[in-house]
Amino acid sequence: MGLTERLRRFDEAIAWKGEIPLQNRYTMGLAGERFFREIKDNARLMATHCPQCDYTYLPPRSYCERCFAELTEWVEVPSRGTVYAYTIVHLDLDEHPLDKPRLAALIEIEGCDSLFVHCLGEVEPEEVYIGMPVEAVFQEKRQGLITDIAYFRPL
Amino acid sequence: MKMRRVAVVGAGMTKFVRRALETADELSWQATQMALDSCGLTLDDIDAVASGTAPDAFDGVHMNSEYLCPGSGGWNKPFIRCYVGGGTGVMAVIHGWYHVASGLFDTCLVVCEEKMSSCQPHPQGAFLTIFDHTLERPLGPNLLWIFAMEMNAYMQRYGLSHRDIALVTVKNRRNAKDHPCALLGEDITVDDVLNSEVMAWPVRRLDVSPISDGAVAIVLASDKVAHRLTDKPVWIEGVGWSLETAYWTNRDLSYPQQVEEAARMAYQMAGITEPRKQIHIAEPYDPFDYKELHHLEGLLLADKGKAPEMTALGITRRDGDLPVCPSGGLLGVGNPIAAAGLMKVAELFWQLRGEAGARQVPGNPKRGLAQAWGDLMQVGTVVILGVA
Amino acid sequence: MSEHIPSYPGTPLKERDFAEGRVLHIWWVPKADYAWDAGVAIGKFLAGLKEGRILGITCPQCHRVLVPPRMVCEHCFVPTRRWVELPGTGRVKTFSICTVRWDMERLDTPIIPAVIALDGAEAPTGGGGGFMHLLGEVEPTPEAVRIGMRVEAVWRPAAERTAAITDILYFRPIKEG
Repeated sequence: MGLTERLRRFDEAIAWKGEIPLQNRYTMGLAGERFFREIKDNARLMATHCPQCDYTYLPPRSYCERCFAELTEWVEVPSRGTVYAYTIVHLDLDEHPLDKPRLAALIEIEGCDSLFVHCLGEVEPEEVYIGMPVEAVFQEKRQGLITDIAYFRPL
Repeated sequence: MKMRRVAVVGAGMTKFVRRALETADELSWQATQMALDSCGLTLDDIDAVASGTAPDAFDGVHMNSEYLCPGSGGWNKPFIRCYVGGGTGVMAVIHGWYHVASGLFDTCLVVCEEKMSSCQPHPQGAFLTIFDHTLERPLGPNLLWIFAMEMNAYMQRYGLSHRDIALVTVKNRRNAKDHPCALLGEDITVDDVLNSEVMAWPVRRLDVSPISDGAVAIVLASDKVAHRLTDKPVWIEGVGWSLETAYWTNRDLSYPQQVEEAARMAYQMAGITEPRKQIHIAEPYDPFDYKELHHLEGLLLADKGKAPEMTALGITRRDGDLPVCPSGGLLGVGNPIAAAGLMKVAELFWQLRGEAGARQVPGNPKRGLAQAWGDLMQVGTVVILGVA
Repeated sequence: MSEHIPSYPGTPLKERDFAEGRVLHIWWVPKADYAWDAGVAIGKFLAGLKEGRILGITCPQCHRVLVPPRMVCEHCFVPTRRWVELPGTGRVKTFSICTVRWDMERLDTPIIPAVIALDGAEAPTGGGGGFMHLLGEVEPTPEAVRIGMRVEAVWRPAAERTAAITDILYFRPIKEG
């Protein structure tokens, strides 16, 4: 029998349908717990700094991946920065068109070495440019999640 | 074939807990940092990293090992993942071993981690995919079925009673009382096991190890480097691994043939001709009590059907002729899938150096064997460690 | 190890910590719907089930009758060829009596999963070709169900079959005599 056998009709192919029943509940972790509490309670962004590598992590980490030191130096960083890169998303996960395109971006927050992932709002796609200054817009009611920041808008 | 000698020179682990606050990579970092500290190394001294972590579905993270990479010391380093189900904890050591034995690298970190608590309502949801999607899942199975049926076949073949098997849980939980990272170190009796609720007959609740979160890390080094770092390197003398058919219903479930294949490969490499005399400590994989016995037989450390008798005679106690699972095993310390196997290797490392504290096997043991097993009961992985 | 290490890392949490808001956390439900191809061998096997037949395939080299059927014998690594129909009877190779669901909820009635070694698929080297299914028309107790017990397939009515493993409802003990 050959390796490939052409099916003339798709109803000849038997496929079994099913799903995998899972939900995941993630803890924030040692560093994440503090990061998200600061967002929730104080609407501010906190990062951790490695003195050996002179590297500031946002979101903060409890260890430095470069030198492996435990990171205990927490610094407040401003909730503004510039757009490092962005994309305009037109389709959802099932490839259906979105009602309104979304803007996802990597943001260079002032004073941080790692890039922050989030969305842009209050701006049209044509207006966005790399290097655009932006600031975070925090929700009124916050729960300790990344969506407590609604989006970043142009300064 | 020219292979370099490889030694374990350091080890570290986190507590095994039911649900950890730490993220998966934080757990990895805690274990890895401890392993590096234990032999005075920094990340700069590490040439490569071999990581092991079980199904991505547990953590709900795509490519879980790569996600753990920073916490495993893998930043900017050659990094490899292995996953063979429960066999991962020992397979990762084998991966790390050939990184160094080949001459390609002088040092290698081996890091295994599991965070099963994020999988809700029960990690079994992720395990359901172990059953064939078309022929088996429509029957509504759960993971216990496989173990229960294997246990039943084993008991029936050799006329074993549940009482004989329950002794293993009693022994391992008692051993675990002396393990600082153990989840379930406690004194229980055979009757406690036999009276615990039936889950899938013959399996009862206390026959099963607790699922947990945790991470373990060890440091491997080539002989020249090992001698510089420590005066008591623990050598990897033999490795072996083998896989059985996925068509599990066509196998003889009363005997783990693939464990024997893996053991023979490792014994040959280590020059061991009389395992029962030459192996001083055994850490076989014990996710269920009957599995310790099943595996002891597959490892040729007991005659077929005779491992329960060995246990009843006290031979496998810490102070017996062949201590088995002096750590407390998965039944006592916990079962974070990949980390559990590596816990056994770390245990041998500490035991053979006389550093196991209250768990120390007396009599100056020189050679130990760790074995793990997994997938659809398919894989056998074996590592033999020894000191001069 | 134990002597010079004061404490081990790892922070245990309790369910209460989540319920009472002491630990921040986030939920994620993956969207994981699948359509698995049955494949050439199982596709034909399922088509056979719809017709009320259990099919196996033989290896030309080791002469095992393979159930579940597969395109390649994994021992000899040669393509399999000749299909055979099996009588639908066999013996219980092993079984369990399961009282819980996969999420550990108790079942109202225990179910009896078993591996059935099918007649006509015995391997020359032993082992026996067969597959997992459920037992029925028997008390779910270790006294009533025995390894080695002879069983026969009980089929769903023909009109209700869908080319699925569940076209066999279960296997029941063969009443001897």
